[in-house]
Amino acid sequence: MSEHVSAYVSQRELPRLPAPRSEAGLIATLRKNLFATPYDSVVTIVLGIFVVWLAWNLIEWGILTAVFTGANREACVPAEGQVIGACWAFVNAKMGQFIYGLYPVAERWRIDLVHLLLVVFAVPLAIPSVPWKRLNALLLFAVYPIVALVLMTGGDFGIGGGWISFLFAIAAFVAIAVAGTSLQVSERYVRIATWLATAAIIVLFASNIVRSESFRVLGFEFTALSLVSTLLAFGSVAASVAASVTNNQRLKVLVAPVVMLAVILFLSADFGLREVPTHLWGGLSLTLVVAITGIAASLPLGILLALGRRSHLPAIKLLSIIFIEFWRGVPLITVLFMSAFMIPLLLPDGVTFNNLLRALIGVALFSAAYLAEVIRGGLQAIQKGQFEGAQALGLSYWQMMRFIIMPQALKLVIPGIVNSFISMFKDTSLVYIIGLADLLGTVRRGFADPAWITPSTAATGLVFAGFVYWVFCFGMSRYSQFIERRLETGHRR
Amino acid sequence: MVANINPAQVPQTRKLAVSDTEVAIEIINMNKWYGDFHVLRDINLKVMNGERIVVCGPSGSGKSTMIRCINRLEEHQTGRIMVDGKELTNDLKKIDEVRREVGMVFQHFNLFPHLTILENCTLAPIWVRKMPRKDAEEIAMQYLARVRIPEQAHKYPGQLSGGQQQRVAIARALCMNPRIMLFDEPTSALDPEMIKEVLETMVDLAESGMTMICVTHEMGFARQVANRVIFMDQGQIIEQNTPVEFFENPQHERTKLFLSQILH
Repeated sequence: MSEHVSAYVSQRELPRLPAPRSEAGLIATLRKNLFATPYDSVVTIVLGIFVVWLAWNLIEWGILTAVFTGANREACVPAEGQVIGACWAFVNAKMGQFIYGLYPVAERWRIDLVHLLLVVFAVPLAIPSVPWKRLNALLLFAVYPIVALVLMTGGDFGIGGGWISFLFAIAAFVAIAVAGTSLQVSERYVRIATWLATAAIIVLFASNIVRSESFRVLGFEFTALSLVSTLLAFGSVAASVAASVTNNQRLKVLVAPVVMLAVILFLSADFGLREVPTHLWGGLSLTLVVAITGIAASLPLGILLALGRRSHLPAIKLLSIIFIEFWRGVPLITVLFMSAFMIPLLLPDGVTFNNLLRALIGVALFSAAYLAEVIRGGLQAIQKGQFEGAQALGLSYWQMMRFIIMPQALKLVIPGIVNSFISMFKDTSLVYIIGLADLLGTVRRGFADPAWITPSTAATGLVFAGFVYWVFCFGMSRYSQFIERRLETGHRR
Repeated sequence: MVANINPAQVPQTRKLAVSDTEVAIEIINMNKWYGDFHVLRDINLKVMNGERIVVCGPSGSGKSTMIRCINRLEEHQTGRIMVDGKELTNDLKKIDEVRREVGMVFQHFNLFPHLTILENCTLAPIWVRKMPRKDAEEIAMQYLARVRIPEQAHKYPGQLSGGQQQRVAIARALCMNPRIMLFDEPTSALDPEMIKEVLETMVDLAESGMTMICVTHEMGFARQVANRVIFMDQGQIIEQNTPVEFFENPQHERTKLFLSQILH
């Protein structure tokens, strides 16, 4: 018999038959997934009853016995024998505060505009089929933050010499980097430019220690040393330009300093907007400010730290390890407290930070340390052959990382990165500790309001806040899964 | 080991001009250690322009390590390596210059899985040679046509067979217009059916006069295209000769043993 079977050969093409009823259709699916065995059936029924009970309770609390309208607590205080669920009237009445915090009512359009611009720039960038990605990214990552800053604060910053020389020193280093990428470049001038830019930084730090009279140059407040530092930075840029050979190259070198100049002028210009100090910011808009700047700053920093930790240069490796282990080892609350007291000690003269900015830096550095480890995990998963393939083609370290290693490593760790982002988004509520009222903070302030004290106010407010956090986090989660699926195509056969 | 071209049957290809003055690679008294282990012992090798050299030997004999030293994927500790007149030292600029001139093909292809075949081929010309994208793509398509897979240009490496991937890897290296090509066991990870298509590509390349160093166990290939066969054992070059002499009249005991095992 067995011999007969093993020798069987199909004599003609057999027709394809429809699947038996037990394999396809709604009833088959239900049976297979929910009632396959008696044990499965019991579990299905018990869980089903629980889900129905839970849903009914939520509906009863949130809709059937809820209060939707009312001007104050009277509406939500239960009469004798009455059961009152959620007090949505409270959320309704306080919605302005939940979104804008204490931002002046007459100026709230500025926040609206900032949010609108964010949607206008970010949504097309997030949708793969929309063209002009490069311009879009430039608008979102370079132009938008500055416009948003001016809109939210009112602009007209009294930028001091310390800031100006600091920004120009950065621009000078960028100019050197740009000049250095060219194949034909005068090495001597690049070296001069590097020395001048380094000197600018040193003088800038000195200006922090040496107090001197300040005076005005072109409308900006300078100390003698910060002026020297600025001039050194200018000199460095000039040397970078001199190092370049072609006109095209010179223009590229000048981009960073010119952009920096435009930024300084834009930030110090008076647009007639009323100044709104950051202690008035609050609510969801503050949560978004902290979360988005945190995400935007921590990702590049995390990448650099991850690369630093895997670097062959001992000094860079050690510094990265110290940084990462330090920030990972302390609680965020400690970081926020420390940022309020420690950062001012480390900054040059004339550079002042307010409470919010310190919190932003604290959150960004904290989250960067976590991201660095996530990204390092991705880097370790990349096979040695990928590095060798890139090196053998003559790609430089940064080209290899940018084009070959990072795209693959980041793709591998998208779930981990988004996990960090989501946890940071929720951790922003800790800024409440240092006196900033984010979404959760304004909600808590809301139910401390005597006009709205009722038995259900707190629960309603917290459910509302929780729901808003959930919407954002769930959105991030879904988008990351979409991106994962989209990038997956490269591997599939 | 599948020697899929029988060396006895393959005629020697026509002699190609090998320069007797222009040195492509010169290795002088080179030594390398992995920690305490002395992997390469006193390697001396001179490769002239247009020469095609096959390196063979048992596994662990240091063949791959030696050719990986030539483009500094491995660092040597003592001795000198000159490639195209440039000495390999810690100078990163020199290393990059050498790597621009030396193409390499790996056992496991090392294509970039997140880029299409065409992008794999154009990335280095665009960013290292600073070539305009259009020119780079044109050149890449020429080389893809030469390795006979132009129709795969817009697929991803994961969608190709092993043999196709290895041919892409060869095209990718050629797109940089290298003066020297290194092959590190290019057929060892392939199915027997696919070895042939890769070897044909390599023979084609050899016939165009490219300077080549191939670490391979394909003795038929050695017989057909090599000017010189080098036999390595335990980190030393213990025999080198013309293919005919090497196969028919091996000098060293170790070589005889190796050949008897590989040419059943």
